Amino acid sequence: MVNFLTNILILGVPFSVALLLAGLGEMFNQRAGVFNLGCEGIMAMGAFLAFMPPYFLAGSMPAGMANLVGILVAMAAGALMGLVFALVTVTFRAPQGIAGIGLHMLGWGTAGTLFRHFVGGVTGVPGIQTLPIPFLSGIPFLGPVLFNHNPLVYLAFLLVPAAWYLLFKTPWGLKVRSVGTYPRAADTMGINVNRVRYQALALGGAMAGLAGAYLSLAQAKMFADDLVAGRGFIAVALVYFGRWHPVGILGGALLFSLAQSLQLSIQVAGIDFPYEFAVMLPYVLVIVVLALSGKSKMASPTDLGKPYNREQRV
Amino acid sequence: MRPEPIRTLELRGITKRFPGVLACDGINLDVPEHSVLALVGENGAGKTTLMNILMGLYQPDEGSILLNGRDVKFRSPNDAFGHGIGMVHQHFMLVPNMTVVENIALGMKETHKTFGLDLKQVRRRILEISERHELPVQPDAFVWQLSVGEQQRVELVKTLCLGARFLILDEPTSELTPQETDELIVLLKKMSDELSIIFISHKLHEVKALSDTVSILRHGRMVFRGNTADHSSSDLAALMTGHEVNLPRNECGDGCGDVLLEIRDLRVRSDRGYMALDGVSLDVRAGEILGVAGVSGNGQRELADTLNGLRRAESGTVLLGGKQLLNRSPRDVIDSGMGYIPEDRNTEGIVPSFSIKENLVLKDFAAGTFSALSFLRLGTIRRNADNLKKRFDIRCPSTDTAAGSLSGGNIQKVILARELARGPKALVAVYPTRGLDMGAEEFIHNQLLERRREGVAILLISEELEEIMNLSDRIAVIYKGRILKIIPGGEATKKGLGMLMAGVMDE
Ligand SMILES: Nc1ncnc2c1ncn2[C@@H]1O[C@H](COP(=O)(O)OP(=O)(O)O)[C@@H](O)[C@H]1O
Ligand SMILES: [Mg+2]
Repeated sequence: MVNFLTNILILGVPFSVALLLAGLGEMFNQRAGVFNLGCEGIMAMGAFLAFMPPYFLAGSMPAGMANLVGILVAMAAGALMGLVFALVTVTFRAPQGIAGIGLHMLGWGTAGTLFRHFVGGVTGVPGIQTLPIPFLSGIPFLGPVLFNHNPLVYLAFLLVPAAWYLLFKTPWGLKVRSVGTYPRAADTMGINVNRVRYQALALGGAMAGLAGAYLSLAQAKMFADDLVAGRGFIAVALVYFGRWHPVGILGGALLFSLAQSLQLSIQVAGIDFPYEFAVMLPYVLVIVVLALSGKSKMASPTDLGKPYNREQRV
Repeated sequence: MRPEPIRTLELRGITKRFPGVLACDGINLDVPEHSVLALVGENGAGKTTLMNILMGLYQPDEGSILLNGRDVKFRSPNDAFGHGIGMVHQHFMLVPNMTVVENIALGMKETHKTFGLDLKQVRRRILEISERHELPVQPDAFVWQLSVGEQQRVELVKTLCLGARFLILDEPTSELTPQETDELIVLLKKMSDELSIIFISHKLHEVKALSDTVSILRHGRMVFRGNTADHSSSDLAALMTGHEVNLPRNECGDGCGDVLLEIRDLRVRSDRGYMALDGVSLDVRAGEILGVAGVSGNGQRELADTLNGLRRAESGTVLLGGKQLLNRSPRDVIDSGMGYIPEDRNTEGIVPSFSIKENLVLKDFAAGTFSALSFLRLGTIRRNADNLKKRFDIRCPSTDTAAGSLSGGNIQKVILARELARGPKALVAVYPTRGLDMGAEEFIHNQLLERRREGVAILLISEELEEIMNLSDRIAVIYKGRILKIIPGGEATKKGLGMLMAGVMDE
């Protein structure tokens, strides 16, 4: 029994990373007043682009180097897609929901098409290897659960306090929070509302790109059309779930991924439980918690979804 | 780095157009140093637009700004701050879910360090300013926790922290209680020794009390400027509106009929859970205006909500013409002949994004007059709107304009038109002239008195003593959810009412 539970944790922690990275990025978008449903598409592009350098350069450079190049390319492409989204929704003030769905289709379709064109069938890459942390990984129970993962897992968890610091303790975080809640007030204080929104969307895009890279290089060690499998949309939901707070998002990502690893373990252990319901479990859980959680108005960026126009009367 | 002092500031030929509106039409304005200039004008005269141009928030279509004789261009409020110009806006520009320090730090760019915010420096500056000008604020409170008066102080402190020595105040008193207003005037008077101030208002007694010179805007044009001391309030009012203003009075004849609206032992909880109305009983007779006087927050909102079916009461009775209305749906209340002029025009009175003509049928579009077989009768709706526009003098480019883009006075006329055209038996009017100019106030008061003559039972909730005393047949003073006393309108004095509103019962 203890073994069963430990295994759920060991499996669940790395599962949470893609959601966590994308969710933290989306948090900055939404705190600045823009929700980006295209997160899923950016992750698909990130996953694909990160996969390419290790796949093509396998012989000509060390694997670690190729992985790094892949990650950087994925992040740069993600940032670029965030900026395109900013152009459409911030500058041209297109409705964010529709624009986000468009970006999702664009990213998802492009990644799949390019993959079939350049690669074709299912092929693996060595991917990012586990890096046990000396000494710490030897601690019973905690070691395997927390300190025996690939480097991106550690990075993602360190990004939680970093995102908190950025959002609540730096001038940029202050600007982000103000333009998402009351952009006119920010404007009267001499803050360039649209510039801050562009910056936040670029950051959010880069994080989504990184999340995609994690999926193809660290989690699956391959690329496929449906690799992202709705995680981008779940990340968007997790931001609401986590009340726009990094710790809340971490909680949501863990809850979801642990439920998922529980469902896998149930199947693997051959417990007699209808498999369809097991697969549903994480999704149902998120919906239930989302519905029951408190909806304090004070946490949310109240201007979320609204474009800002200085000369428009409110 | 201190900016060079502003000795002269001139606006030359400023013109600004919005779609369908000429908001500023070749305005010239000189602002003298170390004095208070009052900028007055009716709602929609262009005061806010002009000041937003001066702050660099709007770009003028024509005209220029001269500072110490030199042409300057303000592209964003940062440029204006850079010259020591600051503004307290008509609507508070404070982010509710950030603390006071954070709000002020947002504008203090010198505290934006690479690796963090220097909140210590901000806090020091806040305390220094708040001590010097006797403006107590709580630096670590969240803005949403503060009362309106406190937020006003934070706005002032904020503007001063940003280094303003030239202060623009856009209708700073419109949301304040009478006591808070008096305090603010005293404070500004003191501050004017060190600073130059542009004070925007349409309340002429404030203008008289505070300003040295006065400039009057009407329909986007500068129509007058002169020394405040040389002109009486009524002269200024006439210049502002373009005609003589006579606020009407209730002649206090006893034409009242039978009790139409009967409220018994009403007990209602507030949003925060305490008993906001604790056994309120009131009678309003046909053809009577019953004024409910009180400092806002003593249960007025809950009373208005409950009477209109928008809030559940714990217990009590509300009878309109003998029909029980307590805890019925708003639809039932409306159909029973209750009219409502809500406190919050923009969120409860209209749907801002709907056109004027749609807003005018908001309560009746499903009735036979305006729809048939579940299709809207657009022709009838348009004719209704054109008709009401004329009758209620609603100033708008067309009745297809979004109601939310109108000025406060015109939004109020839309609401008034909708409510009165339905021929209500009773009317609940909550702060009906708050934030409106004298022309609009005169219009609304006349409308209310006319309805009274027609036999409507009117419950008028207000904290403007003058309004209450001018219009009411009887005045009920509400304090902490109870009616302290009911006095005949003719016997009320400002002093007496003021005491009662503060909870002091004289014997
Ligand atoms: N952002 C805007 N868009 C369209 N019309 C506006 C805008 N701001 C002001 N107006 C219009 O310009 C006129 C002047 O408005 P404003 O400057 O707010 O007047 P005031 O402050 O004197 O009440 C009004 O008719 C108003 O409807
Ligand atoms: Mg104004």
